[in-house]
Amino acid sequence: MIIKTKTAIPASEITDPLIFKDRRKIIKALLATMVTGAGISSASANANPAWANLPQGNADTELLTPTPIELIKNYTNYYEFAFNKQDAGSLAQNLRTDPWSVEISGEVEKPGTYYLEDILRRQTLQEYVYRFRCVEAWSMVVPWIGFPLGNLLTLVKPLSTARFVKFTATYQPEVMPRQRNNAMLHWPYVEGLRIDEAMHPLTILAVGMYGDILPKQNGAPLRLVVPWKYGFKSIKAIVKIELLQKPPITSWTQFAPNEYGFYSNINPAVAHPRWSQSSERLLGSRFFSPRRQTELFNGYGEQVASLYSDMDLRHFF
Amino acid sequence: MILRIDNVRSKLIVCGLIPLLWLLVDIAFDNLGSNPIQALHIRLGDWSLRFLCLTLAVTPVQTLTKWRGMADYRQLLGLYAFFYASLHVLAYLWMDHALIWRMIGVDIIESPYIWLGLLTYLIVLLLALTSPKWAKKRMGKNWKKLHRFIYLAAVAAIIHYFWQLKGNLAEPLFYSIIVFLLLFFRVSVWVKNRQLNKLMIPTGQKVLPLTEESEAITETVRKRH
Repeated sequence: MIIKTKTAIPASEITDPLIFKDRRKIIKALLATMVTGAGISSASANANPAWANLPQGNADTELLTPTPIELIKNYTNYYEFAFNKQDAGSLAQNLRTDPWSVEISGEVEKPGTYYLEDILRRQTLQEYVYRFRCVEAWSMVVPWIGFPLGNLLTLVKPLSTARFVKFTATYQPEVMPRQRNNAMLHWPYVEGLRIDEAMHPLTILAVGMYGDILPKQNGAPLRLVVPWKYGFKSIKAIVKIELLQKPPITSWTQFAPNEYGFYSNINPAVAHPRWSQSSERLLGSRFFSPRRQTELFNGYGEQVASLYSDMDLRHFF
Repeated sequence: MILRIDNVRSKLIVCGLIPLLWLLVDIAFDNLGSNPIQALHIRLGDWSLRFLCLTLAVTPVQTLTKWRGMADYRQLLGLYAFFYASLHVLAYLWMDHALIWRMIGVDIIESPYIWLGLLTYLIVLLLALTSPKWAKKRMGKNWKKLHRFIYLAAVAAIIHYFWQLKGNLAEPLFYSIIVFLLLFFRVSVWVKNRQLNKLMIPTGQKVLPLTEESEAITETVRKRH
């Protein structure tokens, strides 16, 4: 029996099985050369962590102290696996991330399906220390490793008709219990950005954090990070990126359109219909310590406010 | 004396403190996860709601099992619901918001789920203040009317629970089923008594007022059979 994929892959594009087997090593080696190439002290003798001492992608922003890695790894929403963070963290370990390819299609000159390592080979990885603010009013500081989404989009050459970007996460019902039960959201998970938001230098695709490959519960192997929007916009485990003329209907907007808008920019002045967004609990802060006052655009207003200068943020929440 | 201390009561007092001790141990051993402040806050709320459900369950369980002694401990269970609700409120104000009143004010105004929490707490506070025997005596029939508000408190507490969540509705759903069953039991007893009372009027028998303890009515009913 011949199993056909949706789009036929020409023989020339099929990865040599030898290379395929060694993909992990290749990724790590690639990154090691990248590090030395950038003139930074070479990675330590042991190969783990994969990416120590990467240059800072957002060097001009204020210095942030990253939240301890254990807190980040043990506190993540992943509704495909479970509705509570503890179970999601452990069940996510069943996710299959190898091999991984991403389909890029829609309003682009060069659509196609690309292996993750092929994508990474053409990108310069950097460390981005960003604040991450969840719509549930908690926050953390994560040292992501990734590259600007705009750099990837430029490679596939968006057409002038491309006005929005739709992201689709992986569909693996055999390991994702909530997908299997069709629970709550329409699966797979979908997110979206306006093209100027997607091209903004702060918007990155992350493949790692804390100098190593992303933990599965934190979005491995490839996730979006948009630091001025609520966390649910930063979709995990991306398998498809489509450039569209019209805005996609995102998962949370479809579930509760009056609670979760397309933009979902962090804004202390616009409350969620059921709770305030004026402050947040920074993970790792002590009992009896005050909450952090939430900032407009999560403190990235200087870089991104111009994207929304003519918009009523209360209406386009 | 307000609280008569006997063997069962003293055991119950100790049992009611176990959740608190357990919480203190979890704090000491850092077992509360990445967001311990929220975890602690939720645990206190959970225990308050559990004691509220236990308080509400006393009459139905007593009627169903025909075991008389339980009503003596209803007050204690209710006071524990109040105790954990107070800690829950205190944790919100002090542990999470560090008593920064401006921030607390904004948070309360903008969060409808907190309005319901506040309503629940005000009711439970009022019931706790009027729980001593002398208050019951002084208030007469109004005491019973006031203490029926415990059902409103339970419903408000459950909406308070639902409204703060994005997903994971399993737990509030569990409590709403419990409270629904307890309410259903009370309403069905009330309806049954109303019908019986209507039947009793023509025979010239003494009609018990509806505000009387439902047990008393079921007792008469049983005698009539």
